[in-house]
Amino acid sequence: MEWQSVIGLEIHVQLSTKSKLFSGASTQYGAEPNTQTCQIDLGLPGVLPVVNEESVRLAAILGHGINATVAPYSAFDRKNYFYPDSPKGYQTSQFAYPIVHDGYIDIQSTSGETLRVTIIRAHLEEDAGKSVHEGQKGYTGIDLNRAGTPLLEIVTAPDIRNAKDAVEVMRQLHMLVRYLQVSDGNMQEGSFRCDANISVMPKGASEYGTRAEIKNLNSFRFVEKAINYEIERQIDVIESGGTVVQETRLYDSENDETRSMRGKEEANDYRYFPCPDLCPIVLSPEWIESIRQQMPVLPAEKANDYISNYSLSDEDALQIAQSRETSKFFEAMMAILPSDAGKIAANWLQGEMAAMLNKEDIGIEESKISSDALVLLIERIRDNTISSKMAKGVFEAIWNGEGTADEVIAARGLKQISDTSVIETAVDDIMAANMPQVEQYRAGKDKVKGFFVGQIMKQFKGQANPAVVDQIVTTKLKGE
Amino acid sequence: MTDFDLTQPETHSISELANALQSKSISSMELTQLYLDRAEQLDSKINAFTSFTKEAALATAQQADAKISDGNNNFATGIPIAHKDLFCTLEGNTTCASKFLENYQSPFESTVTQKTNELCLPMLGKLNMDEFAMGSSTENSFFGPTKNPWHLDYVPGGSSGGSAAAVAASLTPWSTGTDTGGSIRQPAAFCGISGIKPTYGRVSRWGMVAFASSLDQAGPMGKRVEDIAHLLNIISGFDAKDSTSSQQATEDYNAGLAQDISGMTIGLPKEYFSDQLDSNIATAIDAAKSELIKAGANFVEISLPSTDAAIAAYYVIASAEASTNLSRFDGVRFGHRSDKTEDLESLYKHSRAEGFGEEVKRRILTGTFALSAGYYDAYYLKAQKVRRLVLNEFKVALKNVDAILTPITPTPAFQLGQKQDPVTMYQNDIFSITANLAGLPALALPCGFAEGLPVGFQLLGDHFTESRLLNIGHQYQQLTAHHLARPTALV
Repeated sequence: MEWQSVIGLEIHVQLSTKSKLFSGASTQYGAEPNTQTCQIDLGLPGVLPVVNEESVRLAAILGHGINATVAPYSAFDRKNYFYPDSPKGYQTSQFAYPIVHDGYIDIQSTSGETLRVTIIRAHLEEDAGKSVHEGQKGYTGIDLNRAGTPLLEIVTAPDIRNAKDAVEVMRQLHMLVRYLQVSDGNMQEGSFRCDANISVMPKGASEYGTRAEIKNLNSFRFVEKAINYEIERQIDVIESGGTVVQETRLYDSENDETRSMRGKEEANDYRYFPCPDLCPIVLSPEWIESIRQQMPVLPAEKANDYISNYSLSDEDALQIAQSRETSKFFEAMMAILPSDAGKIAANWLQGEMAAMLNKEDIGIEESKISSDALVLLIERIRDNTISSKMAKGVFEAIWNGEGTADEVIAARGLKQISDTSVIETAVDDIMAANMPQVEQYRAGKDKVKGFFVGQIMKQFKGQANPAVVDQIVTTKLKGE
Repeated sequence: MTDFDLTQPETHSISELANALQSKSISSMELTQLYLDRAEQLDSKINAFTSFTKEAALATAQQADAKISDGNNNFATGIPIAHKDLFCTLEGNTTCASKFLENYQSPFESTVTQKTNELCLPMLGKLNMDEFAMGSSTENSFFGPTKNPWHLDYVPGGSSGGSAAAVAASLTPWSTGTDTGGSIRQPAAFCGISGIKPTYGRVSRWGMVAFASSLDQAGPMGKRVEDIAHLLNIISGFDAKDSTSSQQATEDYNAGLAQDISGMTIGLPKEYFSDQLDSNIATAIDAAKSELIKAGANFVEISLPSTDAAIAAYYVIASAEASTNLSRFDGVRFGHRSDKTEDLESLYKHSRAEGFGEEVKRRILTGTFALSAGYYDAYYLKAQKVRRLVLNEFKVALKNVDAILTPITPTPAFQLGQKQDPVTMYQNDIFSITANLAGLPALALPCGFAEGLPVGFQLLGDHFTESRLLNIGHQYQQLTAHHLARPTALV
């Protein structure tokens, strides 16, 4: 039988607020255990939560970014369960009334089509702390630094049909949260992690199979591998006569398999009910609209503009558009350059610039070459003052503070020679000195042309315009 | 004003104490010491305190005297006070009268006690209560029951039984209490003192250990309406640390006390005056009505038909909230941890089984059940609907009347150990819980005696009409002397 897998994702995004969802304690990652906590995070008797307004703003921004409704009325509930890293004995989350609902994102599916994935909801909730089992002399240590950190949990409909598309959904959302600056998206630090709900059904069936949930996938690679493993596992179970049970599973990346964590019968009754310590979040239509007005142009739309205005390739356009800073830099360049220079500008940003930023481990906003300086360099390539190859050296020199493109070209005597009469004389001399090679070429050995071009470039120390040289050598060798 | 009697400070009003301090007839050190001595002498009989904070009280008194000398003082500076033991205080322990928190010291101060501290009101100690404020008799205290100063075999009411008994026995001039379903008003009635449960949100809940967050409200307790109005001035107001506290401007609650109440209309809900009401209480309330009529008030009968359903709704909502509010008492970070701990589950089970008393466990179980999958709609949701009905009925009634007068309890104080059955105990709250469900202010006033035990009535008003209730109450106390009666059982 042929099987169809069905996948839905729950993505936990840590919002980039300075303080926690309900307290003033810092959200900084990596501090000594229990140094980023206050009475509220510790759940001491007598404390009360107060909602961090910045987290509401960030949630609203993401809501607009995923084409969703930002709810005028949302509210917090308590999700009750005992666990040492949950200091109050409940997690404060939004259950009945999420702050964001009914949105979607479009991805390029492996089928080649655009796939629209429904986002059912995105709700605010607090993160838990963590248990530390190592180095505690047989005890379990509790670190509550992360407890109370604001999360937005984004829940998709089961619209996804394979692991690669699931990864693409995750990538798109990852790009979006960083682009909109609602999260740093740091996956190693757990700022962006995913649970996947997976089921299989016979191809063409209308009723979904029983699903299993895989918890805490914190890399794109693991998402793909875990989903693929789980699909295979479920198909095996069914084909060998068993039934898939509804359960929570963990992905073991070392052995590349998923393992049962707890079954449905062991599932907690969370006894959700409205948190009586918090008032509902009521947002005016004016406020919601004002956030929408402040939204930047989204990457997909921006990429379309780049493709139609500057003839960029799809890939280049998306690459540039998905970073707010890179697209800002690119647009600053294109404000000066003519539109047919888009391709070369994109190449320089993706090539030399990206490599240099990478090497120095900095963002483009910290680049030592301004957009204006890079424009000047590109202009010198376009007017044939220097070759692209020479330009690479000039780029480095500008980066190292040796001056503008023009200053570096002058200081290094790098002017490209494009004067045809000078080059023609040189070609004549070299052909006269190497008649056997000229004969070889004329006998059909095309490759010999490279020898002459090389000789000329050597003679002009690389400063001859390669295009001009090539054209003159070709003409003269052919004896035209 | 009467001459200040140094040997009997307890006979004086808060205003008189304030005047005596400011005119330096007495220092705050002397006054504080007098109360500490009196409490030391009498509290072994009453058990109103869970702990004394003598040194801190005297240190504050010294600061108060310095402030008064410098003219840096407020009206109440230097007048001692005692707080219900569920307000978090940096001084002393904060126990909620529970074994779980027997030795717990809070690392922060509640807003209420912060406010009294800022004015240099020396804190004499912390006051006994039903464990986690769950109860109507102060018998559910890990530190033993508080006795009614009018008759030591009787309960003082609860949960703020310590707060009421300490005021009645003049172990403190005034005190703070909290009221989730009558916990200020019922003990005030049983002990013959005055107390007000303010509008929900009027007083900050920050640092007040939660029983049922949507119902809990702190309030002042004292002998006279004018005394508690002074304390309400001090403790009320918006607090950014409590999301449910109100931004509505506070008033000077003493400013309007002297106003004439003639022409005011007071409603008498027929559902509160059934056959169940003790005849002595009915008689005392009739007398109170006559006094208010003399002051110019009119009475009309009104109806609040959902009153019957309120008690069930209240115990579902209060227990549901309590069941999750008390989840933090898990033995992991603070408070009691069982010696029998072997693993995580046994840590939870034994610590909670050993740390909580019977009534607390009963409410946690009731609340957990009410919120469970499959029962939520039938219990919690339905209770919320009843709550909405109760509020709506009050709102309609209060369009036509200035205040509502009702009994606080169906019976006077009962004997210690008399009410063993929890449901009988819960029914004692029938008249007081509706104000909490609706978030309305309610003022308790003493109005006489039933076989030697005090009885009282309450005035309920619309949200944020504390001033009007206090005005009516003060005018009533101008015509009567019940609030000045002193228990003789002690001497």
